[in-house]
Amino acid sequence: MKLKKVLALAIFAGSLQGAMAWTITGAGSTFIEPVMQRWALHFRQATGNHVNYQGIGSGGGILQATKRTIDFGASDAPLKPAELKQRGLIQWPDAIGGVVMGYNIPGVGNYQLHLTGKQICDIYLGKVRYWDDPEIKATNPKLNLPHIPITPVHRADGSGTTWIFTNYLTKVCPEWAHKIGFNTSVPWPVGIGGKGSEGVTNYIMRVRGAIGYVEYAYFKQNHFNVAVLENKAGWWVAPTMQTMIAAAKQANWNEAMKNDFYMELPNPPGKYSYPIEGPTFVLLPKGKNTNSYVLQYYTWVFNHGDADLRALDYITLPDFVKKEIMASWKKNGLSW
Amino acid sequence: MIELKDSGVYRSALPMKRNGKVGNALFKIAAFIAAALIPLVVIMVFVVLFIEAYPAIKTFGVWHFITSKSWDAVDNHFGAFTPLFGSIYVTLWAFIFAAPISIGVAIYITELAPHWLKPIVTTAIELLAAIPTVIYGMWGLFVLAPVMQNHVEPWILDHLATLPIIGFLFNGPGIGIDTLTTAVILSIMITPFMSSLIKDAFSLVPEVVKESAYGLGATRWEVIRKVVMPYVSSGIFGAGIFAIGRALGETMAVSFVNGNNHNPGSLLDMLSLLNSVTTITVTLADEFTEAMTHLYLSALFYLALILLTISFSTLAIAKLIVWRLERRWKT
Amino acid sequence: MEIGKKMENVRIKARVIKSNIIMILSTLAALYGILFLGWILVSIIYHGYEYLNLDFFTQDPAPPGMPGGGLRMAFIGQFLITTIAAFIGTPIGIMAGIFLAEYGRGTWWAIFIRNLADIVISMPAIVIGAAVYVILVAPLHSFNGLSGSVALSILSLPYITIATDEMLKLVPKEMREAAYALGAYKHYVIKKVTMRAAKTGILTGVILGLARMAGEAAPLLFTSFNNDHTTFNLLKPMATLTITIFIYATGPYHEWHEQAWAAGFVLTLGVLAAVIIAKYLVHGGSFTAPFMYVARRMTKINKG
Repeated sequence: MKLKKVLALAIFAGSLQGAMAWTITGAGSTFIEPVMQRWALHFRQATGNHVNYQGIGSGGGILQATKRTIDFGASDAPLKPAELKQRGLIQWPDAIGGVVMGYNIPGVGNYQLHLTGKQICDIYLGKVRYWDDPEIKATNPKLNLPHIPITPVHRADGSGTTWIFTNYLTKVCPEWAHKIGFNTSVPWPVGIGGKGSEGVTNYIMRVRGAIGYVEYAYFKQNHFNVAVLENKAGWWVAPTMQTMIAAAKQANWNEAMKNDFYMELPNPPGKYSYPIEGPTFVLLPKGKNTNSYVLQYYTWVFNHGDADLRALDYITLPDFVKKEIMASWKKNGLSW
Repeated sequence: MIELKDSGVYRSALPMKRNGKVGNALFKIAAFIAAALIPLVVIMVFVVLFIEAYPAIKTFGVWHFITSKSWDAVDNHFGAFTPLFGSIYVTLWAFIFAAPISIGVAIYITELAPHWLKPIVTTAIELLAAIPTVIYGMWGLFVLAPVMQNHVEPWILDHLATLPIIGFLFNGPGIGIDTLTTAVILSIMITPFMSSLIKDAFSLVPEVVKESAYGLGATRWEVIRKVVMPYVSSGIFGAGIFAIGRALGETMAVSFVNGNNHNPGSLLDMLSLLNSVTTITVTLADEFTEAMTHLYLSALFYLALILLTISFSTLAIAKLIVWRLERRWKT
Repeated sequence: MEIGKKMENVRIKARVIKSNIIMILSTLAALYGILFLGWILVSIIYHGYEYLNLDFFTQDPAPPGMPGGGLRMAFIGQFLITTIAAFIGTPIGIMAGIFLAEYGRGTWWAIFIRNLADIVISMPAIVIGAAVYVILVAPLHSFNGLSGSVALSILSLPYITIATDEMLKLVPKEMREAAYALGAYKHYVIKKVTMRAAKTGILTGVILGLARMAGEAAPLLFTSFNNDHTTFNLLKPMATLTITIFIYATGPYHEWHEQAWAAGFVLTLGVLAAVIIAKYLVHGGSFTAPFMYVARRMTKINKG
């Protein structure tokens, strides 16, 4: 009898604990993952509630949010209003981040490799196969480039980072626009696929002669070398906070807000703008009973999450955009 | 026939439940349902996969899907050729590496090992089989791939890639994440299984037959090659095919060192050991949770269905071969 | 005549040499297998040992770049999912094995089911995970630990069935006949006599099935998914050691790699220990039996 009483008390206490603290599950973009983990930690410390986030790629975030197997999705590839309606999702941005070109070339250090958009296109199209190709030497006359093959690394999974990267390539290379286009997953002519930004970073660091695209935060947390790129205005820019903020300033939010925040930021104008950059988005499946929890979480993020964003060199959203986002929640009939 | 009557003696010897007969029938029914679950589960998996794959089957057909090399999520055009080729090709090379090793291990354990060493070697090979596949994959990525990239593959590129006729097999980036590394790891994984089956096949040969061969002056190898092996050739063959069926379904160990490359290039490129391809299992693992359109997901299920069918048929054929062998020789 | 004999000798010698070469190659093959086993085990021990500490088992993970944290949620999740899979698969497997051995021995459908079970064990695990996703994840609108257990139990069910079947077949029929002679009903005979006699072997089968299940990751990819926190809720995503190793090993952070090795160390140790324990049971409950045999042979004391 005593055992039964203890058991009943334990179950009661457990369920009480469960009733007080909730858990929501989000999945998707590995772009936002480093900062999402920190948000989840600080949110738990502040409120006791759990946010479980799995970086399975933006494609996964979109799919699982559509299937309603998760409570919110995260994607760097924004959806257009028609598609949002069809999938029953509400979309808003939570951060802006830059995409760096990391490389592993013996003898070439950080910020030493200079690449134009066309050169990146040709590498990923398979037209330039070795690092000492004259096309690359043209912009890097002083570098001692070895004769090793180039291994372009792309995302094997459906990725919003791929969306941002291929959007950039589409804008700077008519050949890429014609042959491949931009999406979360494209038919890559050459190269190997890494799973998640983690996988790509792993390959960049391991494989001699590799080059790959990942979010800036992964560059900050690991040690590999990144390239200096030529922007739309013809200037060479390295991925730094200044150049990324300059690019973010070019975002046309007014236009975006008319289209459920859909925006294509890559290759913006401006002397100091870093060319490969974009916002990352949250997708909320309408009608799930966890919606109010997600909105509580994001209210906290908008009020308290900026410090974590800046610690990892993401760009925070301007205040007026945050206000617009919360207004759009009300407009969509949500309450929290 | 002696009629057992209910007397006190029997009652105290074995406590009988009054509903013994009902219990008997219930027990039998429960056992029957449990056993029937196995074929039911198999049917269920096939049916579920087929239903999910149907949109893709309707859109792409059968022959076109199997021969199409495209894998385009943008245009929603999918074809199974690349992952299917990869699955089969990687498994084939794993088999080529594993077969002589497995036969060698089986020969060693049955013929050569001193009595005290036999259980140790057998246990060692069994432990090899028990290591979880994730561990094989992780070890492959962290330990084997760098060794391949830094030591083995440069040697291959320097010496074997320039050979005439077969040189194309060894041409590629040689980054350690490729078919060769995958095949090596897969071969280590299927060796314990194959060698154990071959060992069992060897033990089917009666001592008498072997001894008469020795009596005629045959050497050990001649006895194995000309007496034992022909005796159980279908058993060895069946073991090989069974191992292939198993290797086809391997996901974890392969996905770490494979690269999921849907576009390896021309057929000649795809055949190179130092190039990376993709397999059906790796495609599923990488892309399942994020196939954004309904057709994409359906195409993945279609791939799964194809893999299941091939794996199942291969295993079934292997079982048939071995069964016929055992029926012939087992007393 | 002399030349003929010499040729004969040469030919014999050639055959013997050829045979010896093959024997040496076979020995090398066995060595090759053992070499890889050693290499893998040494790597795991070498890399995994240094990261083991108490935090590893008692803390949930910290965000990458921040110190500390552990894999508590993975250990608990792995334990829960594997145990529940065992609870589902073991009774059904044993009952199925009983049916094959006791009620259907020799019939065509028993042989059919038996061979089918053999095939199911070797079927692609990821495909089974995909099927379970359709049945247990999509309708529930949530990844959940229970579906992971179901997927694992589908893999272990045929294994336990075959083990039970084999062990029951080994029980001498005289035992059963003695019980029937005393007037017992069939199910009684099975429960109290046959099963009791075979229980060690069946236990071995269950342990080996468990060990195999514990090492699987593919079927969990789209069923139990993953979780960053410790949870006991089977209707929500749950972390496992195997999936965590997969995610951490393919990631870029050095801390993740270290933790993956440590997790691999614990997992491999656990699985190999289970296999060795199973062998111990089979050897009549004596750890020392195989070694005693070795010792006896080496000192040439024969128990005839």
